[in-house]
Amino acid sequence: MPTEQLSERPEGARRLENVVIRFAGDSGDGMQLTGDRFGAQAAAIGNDVATLPNYPAEIRAPAGTVAGVSSYQLHIADHDIRTPGDQPDVLVAMNPAALKANVAELRPGGVIILDTDAFTVLGLEKAGYDVDPLTDGSLDAFQVHGINLTGFAAAAVADHNLKRKDAARTKNMFALGLVSWMFSQPIEDTIAYLHKRFASKPDVQAANVSALRAGWIYGEASEAFANVYEVKPAPLPAGTYRHMKGNKAVAYGLVAAAHQAGMPLFLGAYPITPASEILHELSALASNDVRSFQAEDEIAAIGAAIGGSYAGMLGVTVTSGPGMALKAEALGLAVIMELPLVIVNVQRGGPSTGLPTKTEQSDLLQAIYGRHGEAPMPVIAVRSAADGFDAAMEAARIALAYRTPVILLSDAYIANGSEPWRVPEIEELPFIGIDLATEPNGVDAEGNPVFLPYARDPITLARPLAIPGTPGLTHRIGGLEKADLTGAVSYDPDNHDLMIRTRQSKIDGIDVPPLEVEDPSGPPGSGADVLVIGWGSTWGPIGEACRQVRAEGMKVAQAHLRHIVPLPANLASVLSEYHTVLVPEMNLGQLAGHLRRETLIDTVGYNQTRGMPFRTAELASVITRVIQGIDEDAAGAAGTKPVGDVGARRAALSEAGAAKPAAHAGTATATQHDGTREAGR
Amino acid sequence: MSTVNGKAEEPVGGASGRRAPTVADFTTGQEVRWCPGCGDHAILSTMRGLLPALGVAPENTVVVSGIGCSSRLPYYLDTYGIHSIHGRAPSFATGISINRPDLSVWVVTGDGDALAIGGNHLIHALRRNVNLKILLLNNHIYGLTKGQASPTSKVGTIGPSSPFGSLDNPFNPIALALGAGATFVARTIDTDRRHLTATLTAAAAHKGAALVEIRQGCPTFSAIPRQPNRAAGETSPAESDDPSAPEHGPIRLSPGLPIVFGAKEQWGIVRDPSTGELGIGHGGDSRVVVHDPGTQNSTYAYALARLAETSLAEPPIGVYRSVSAPSFDQLYQERLATARPDGRGDLRTLLKGTDSWTHAG
Repeated sequence: MPTEQLSERPEGARRLENVVIRFAGDSGDGMQLTGDRFGAQAAAIGNDVATLPNYPAEIRAPAGTVAGVSSYQLHIADHDIRTPGDQPDVLVAMNPAALKANVAELRPGGVIILDTDAFTVLGLEKAGYDVDPLTDGSLDAFQVHGINLTGFAAAAVADHNLKRKDAARTKNMFALGLVSWMFSQPIEDTIAYLHKRFASKPDVQAANVSALRAGWIYGEASEAFANVYEVKPAPLPAGTYRHMKGNKAVAYGLVAAAHQAGMPLFLGAYPITPASEILHELSALASNDVRSFQAEDEIAAIGAAIGGSYAGMLGVTVTSGPGMALKAEALGLAVIMELPLVIVNVQRGGPSTGLPTKTEQSDLLQAIYGRHGEAPMPVIAVRSAADGFDAAMEAARIALAYRTPVILLSDAYIANGSEPWRVPEIEELPFIGIDLATEPNGVDAEGNPVFLPYARDPITLARPLAIPGTPGLTHRIGGLEKADLTGAVSYDPDNHDLMIRTRQSKIDGIDVPPLEVEDPSGPPGSGADVLVIGWGSTWGPIGEACRQVRAEGMKVAQAHLRHIVPLPANLASVLSEYHTVLVPEMNLGQLAGHLRRETLIDTVGYNQTRGMPFRTAELASVITRVIQGIDEDAAGAAGTKPVGDVGARRAALSEAGAAKPAAHAGTATATQHDGTREAGR
Repeated sequence: MSTVNGKAEEPVGGASGRRAPTVADFTTGQEVRWCPGCGDHAILSTMRGLLPALGVAPENTVVVSGIGCSSRLPYYLDTYGIHSIHGRAPSFATGISINRPDLSVWVVTGDGDALAIGGNHLIHALRRNVNLKILLLNNHIYGLTKGQASPTSKVGTIGPSSPFGSLDNPFNPIALALGAGATFVARTIDTDRRHLTATLTAAAAHKGAALVEIRQGCPTFSAIPRQPNRAAGETSPAESDDPSAPEHGPIRLSPGLPIVFGAKEQWGIVRDPSTGELGIGHGGDSRVVVHDPGTQNSTYAYALARLAETSLAEPPIGVYRSVSAPSFDQLYQERLATARPDGRGDLRTLLKGTDSWTHAG
């Protein structure tokens, strides 16, 4: 919450604890760049920042229409934040469509800066406005600043020898300059950025810088903007920081992993939204021993990556849901050949082509189960943009140590979002290298030394890896079932059963850290009654919602699953300490179902698939209803059932409770009189 | 130093003091499981003899296959190898080859594996000119799945999935490879060990992608008759006067020699000077074509490949095209080398970037 509401219009610079700003315009208006630069500026002055880009799937949807609106929301704060914010305090709308698409989400009393140049009869018509919103009173709840951004920008760049159309395109930099002035942000970094970006086009470079400066100066000179706001630096831990985007963080994590493994990184990939950016990032890093290969299709991409792994590289492939579906057969091959491989799935809305630029968590079950045969594979999930680095390193660690393909789940929200990332020292990074086989490790029937590619490490069950070029260790691997130890083709029934169980045991035995619970009111069992557990990008919204609920005097615990396969060993015991476990997911309950299968613990789901991350207020309200529902049940207040989906599900569970056997006898004994609690198990 | 597979190799028996590899060094203990009479036995035997002759050590050889009868071959060669998934062998092999220019990488595939389910990977490996030696064992049928028509089966092939005869036109693997821009394209037959060896040796020496179609029959399912082996004196005594009669056996293409065939070399392949098209003429005709697989323009090789479809009982065997072009592997390694002229990039510098700031905490 801002300390000072912008609408109060105080004299001079006023301090805000946080502010949410949304830049919105046509797909061609450069809103992603504008937002990205504003976020980088905020991060550079020490604010905590979280961002949410939102854009259409089409490269250019019809200009001026609501379908073609692209936006970029930023939350900047003087304290630790985890989400891009629910409601913008400030909306910059470059045309009527951008206003129409976004104004409903603006906080009442919030500020609108709009480009009057675009509010023409035609512009209003394209946006679907029957009457001009600037004159019909529909914006009375907001502070509206109608400014001819295009006109001022064009005037500012008049000396730069640009075509009229190109001159008008600098309006985004004018807007950025203006908003930067409003929030006391230095624009020097952006000027340096523009110098670099347009180095080959001196006219465009100079024009953009001029427009940016002109926006800043306009703010200073304008009567309407007599106030300057300021968001102080956030108390982040000491260190070197960068403004980091999720896809880039994953790419850097993979590079660091290969470095720490002492192996070259080899990426096989096929372009797909929203994962292509990882391919782009890695393709530019040849000087860091990164080899990238754009394959002819998704299958060839993983095929090449597996070939790279076999040849001694750290093999990686990156994709999104449709590509995962195509890679499924090759994943099975990597499982049976027991080769290290990292598969990054940047999830998007599905099924099929679905919503290519929107976020969703609906590939979880595909990741866990989506292969034929018994093909267990570790699954881990990125929780935030900056976390992509650590999560990618962890995926590579497991892949190498256990000689297994590992699925790393990200999503479109993480991929495109950004936040400050503390740059680790190289010395802090774990060493994850493995020893390759160089000598025979067994003897044949005649006592001659031989290489047994399927002999195993007694602890990890990992098999030895001998890469081509190693004398004396030639061997063949493939998709047919292998005989234990020798790896020869085997159709023996007992051997097949043994190998299936061995591969499963290897994955089950992977060393993953225990589940930790964040609950200021106490450890599991003596703190909150409600635990909210999530995976992936819901970490931020769940965390913010829990803080909000606690700020209102209630108790709630949060836990987050980085490792989904295998699950932390203490998971069931932690969950069983809570009256109710709430699982918010951007799918229809995939983790909830998996938890039930793995722990026999029923949870309460809160699910939505709208292509957008959860809002803090929405989750806080859900958590509150769950807490209040328990309190009401405890007080015997029947008839005042909580509202909505959660309420209906909880009610159904309560009614079923009496007839339902307690799945967890050990934890249910003391509380069998409590229908809610029993149903919750 | 001998040059094999476009790569300089230290002779195995050289400085390291190891003896030269033999057939036994390339032979695994796995029981060979192909039908009696299958040409795959001859191809395996040829490979076991060929690989030692190439002078590449077993550990520097990788054989990658897909799925099908032919794709079992890697299990029987004592090298590194992957028996992968259906149709995808070129993709695995590409990942190995471009990262490890020190290795000799072979792909063993079949007509179903390479031309149906794996068609995409084959054409892209060829267009990229990845340094792979691709052996396409073409028996014109799906053998492992019990006799269905394949992409090289003749129209009208009777099989369990086409009981009234197949309807679809077959691929001409040579024409397909040429269309994909392959730099080395050859055809040989499983029944002529000498021709097979010579063709595979030429493929091994080629820098870049080499596609060798090995025509064969399937003793269990294929309607394609076993080829008469002229070199072994198997040509039918009743030579026909019809140039398209099967008794002639396949035309043999030899670089620098006129393309003539028949017991008395009474037939020849002639070029129409006005259209450039190839056809059948008399052996003594001045228009008889002198075979040149090094022609940069692939039009000639393509016309030669297509000729069999209309005018010959059996398609010609030999090297259709062999031209020099940089391999993808070479370009890939050069790109990597130029990206780091001063050695390896520093991870610390990368992570810190140019836009970082320091927070005192």
